[in-house]
Amino acid sequence: MVRDMAAGFLEKNAPVSALRNLRDRADSQGYDTSVYTDMAGMGWTGMMSSEDVGGLDLGAGVAGLVAEEMGRRLSAAPFLSSAVMAATMARACNAVEISAKIASGNAVVAVAFDEVSKHRPDKVSTKAEVSGNGFVLSGSKRFVSDAVGADAVLVTAMTDQGLGVFLVDPKLRGVVTNQVSTVDSRNAASMDFNQVVLGGDTLIAQGSEAESALALTLRVGRSVAASEMVGLSKEVAERTNAYLRDRKQFGVALAQFQALQHRAADLYTQIQTTEAITSAALAAFDANHEDAERLSRVAKAKANKTASLAVREAVQMHGGIGMTDAIDIGLFMKKARACIEYLGDDSCHAEWLLQDRGL
Amino acid sequence: MTDLHSFRATTRAWLEENCPETMRQPMSEADVCWGGRKWVFQSEDQRLWLDRMATRGWTVPEWPQAYGGGGLSGDEAGILKEEMSRINARPPLQSFGIWMLGPALLEFGTEEQKRHYLPKIARGEIRWCQGYSEPGAGSDLAGLQTKGVDCGSHFEVTGQKIWTSYADQADWIFCLVRTEPDAPKHKGISFLLFDMTSAGVSTQPIQLISGASPFCETFFDQVEVPADQIVGARGNGWTIAKYLLTHEREMIGSSDAALFGSEDVVEVAKDAIGLNALSQLDDPLLRAKIADFLVDEAAFDAELARAQDWMRAGNQLGVQSATLKYTGTELNKRRQELIMEVSGLDALEWDFAQAASDEKASLWLRSKANSIEGGTSEVMLSILSKAVLELG
Repeated sequence: MVRDMAAGFLEKNAPVSALRNLRDRADSQGYDTSVYTDMAGMGWTGMMSSEDVGGLDLGAGVAGLVAEEMGRRLSAAPFLSSAVMAATMARACNAVEISAKIASGNAVVAVAFDEVSKHRPDKVSTKAEVSGNGFVLSGSKRFVSDAVGADAVLVTAMTDQGLGVFLVDPKLRGVVTNQVSTVDSRNAASMDFNQVVLGGDTLIAQGSEAESALALTLRVGRSVAASEMVGLSKEVAERTNAYLRDRKQFGVALAQFQALQHRAADLYTQIQTTEAITSAALAAFDANHEDAERLSRVAKAKANKTASLAVREAVQMHGGIGMTDAIDIGLFMKKARACIEYLGDDSCHAEWLLQDRGL
Repeated sequence: MTDLHSFRATTRAWLEENCPETMRQPMSEADVCWGGRKWVFQSEDQRLWLDRMATRGWTVPEWPQAYGGGGLSGDEAGILKEEMSRINARPPLQSFGIWMLGPALLEFGTEEQKRHYLPKIARGEIRWCQGYSEPGAGSDLAGLQTKGVDCGSHFEVTGQKIWTSYADQADWIFCLVRTEPDAPKHKGISFLLFDMTSAGVSTQPIQLISGASPFCETFFDQVEVPADQIVGARGNGWTIAKYLLTHEREMIGSSDAALFGSEDVVEVAKDAIGLNALSQLDDPLLRAKIADFLVDEAAFDAELARAQDWMRAGNQLGVQSATLKYTGTELNKRRQELIMEVSGLDALEWDFAQAASDEKASLWLRSKANSIEGGTSEVMLSILSKAVLELG
């Protein structure tokens, strides 16, 4: 039911053509605020938040359904960044006030964790030094999703007592949000923190608490991102299959050629297994299962591989028309590339799997 | 619900009391009890376990009691399965009769046939083999040419089958023959049952690249098959064959690891290559290959678990079995290639004539058949592209 509702809403309000429009008018925010407000009205922004703060506490499984439908339509909204990841992080840090704002949709909150070109959230050079009752934050973050126009940013930084999570107001002196124009035409920024003076209450978790809040945030992010990629992969595969049925060459539909049938069927099986591992990862997250970390990493890695295959096959099987900006296939390819890199590529997670197995 | 509760309690107690200790040990392929006239029990416990389970009809828990089954509902059968796996109880009997012929007879057999054949399957008295593929009819099974001439009181069967697993051990065969040579190929096939000791039947084992195998070639030279040993109407055999193949595909989700393999590449690699100073496999490129494999392996495991949940909930796998078959067998081929690769020269030490079936090279070579037997990968992809993707 959630899926149907999400599909209906997104089809009307955030289809692929909406992303195309945002891109063509070089919208700096990269999403339509009114769409996000409507999402909030339907409770989507509170899916991951507890009922105490006005959330619905529906869990990652439900968020995954929404994300999958968003992936099908390349729907632009700070759902993954704010409603899923920031909400999870704020909740894990017991930051009640901001949790409530995220849940109601009154605040869009970004999470800033990457500092180098590859996803390495454990490499934190950003520092928060104690100063009076507060801190001075310095450093920079890259590819902060939906940071442009965000009401607040959750920033990881090293403190004298290990990792810290800070709730930072981007309007503070010394915070520079540099919008980055990205291949997927979505909202992203690199952020510089130049001796930003923070109050003591901006530190919402520290030490092992911060570590586990970050781990939980990345875990849910990976699993829900994998759902988004499952949706993207399904859609692009279905569009390709429709094209194969439609397009005639040598007097017959392309769908008659076994060489193409088998490639399409192979892709279908890849999408099936990706969907299975993604569902397993989401369920494990919600159950706080001991295997949840591994499953989220496998899900993301597999979703990366499958989405990559799906968009490459889509362009090739569409032939020349697939290379044109006139049809949407290229937009899927671009979004897939960004999804793959965000929250870790397949090598990143496969490496974790190996180390987990002692190899 | 309380009924199921008490069923579980009595089942648990009965199993505790009646499953011999040695029948609760992990089993290899060599420990399978296949039954049949020629069967020599490997132990008294194996005989006892089969006898006790068969007496309750629990070798085929869901078949009607009138045909030697347990008459259990799906839920009850599920509980029995759970309780058996709880104590690691071995299946008391496995056979093509249980997996394949039984379900086909239940669907298409006459009342006499059911009463005659099914109890013998349930008790493991008759072991069956399957006469499907022919040298000229593999993927194109419906092109089979073994002749069955209707002579009134009997059919006269002449031709050759191939890949008949355990034909040399089997007592009877269920066999597809062409009874209507002039009909369209799917319409001219009949489904016959006959005794492998009938005059004119001979078998010969097939040596595979991996060594000895259960596969045989089977030859029929004017074999007389009594007319009442046809299942369904003459010329209607393809319907039954298809039903049976569907059943076989459904089995894929619940089948044990044989087709998909289960060897742990990581452990083999650690053992064979060892770790470097960074506690990493001392071969970075091979390590990367393993990493890529682990991702796909875990995703397949999730797909298999999902299919099993789906079936436990009483659903049919349907065409999704093709996804499992294709993905699982292709993955196992990769697994065995990797195991050979990480094992290096050690795995090359292998004696074709003497090799055990669980040696690395044997498993590696045998795995190549996984994506051929039971429908090739290409057939699976064609099924999916037509039935699901509506291509072609």
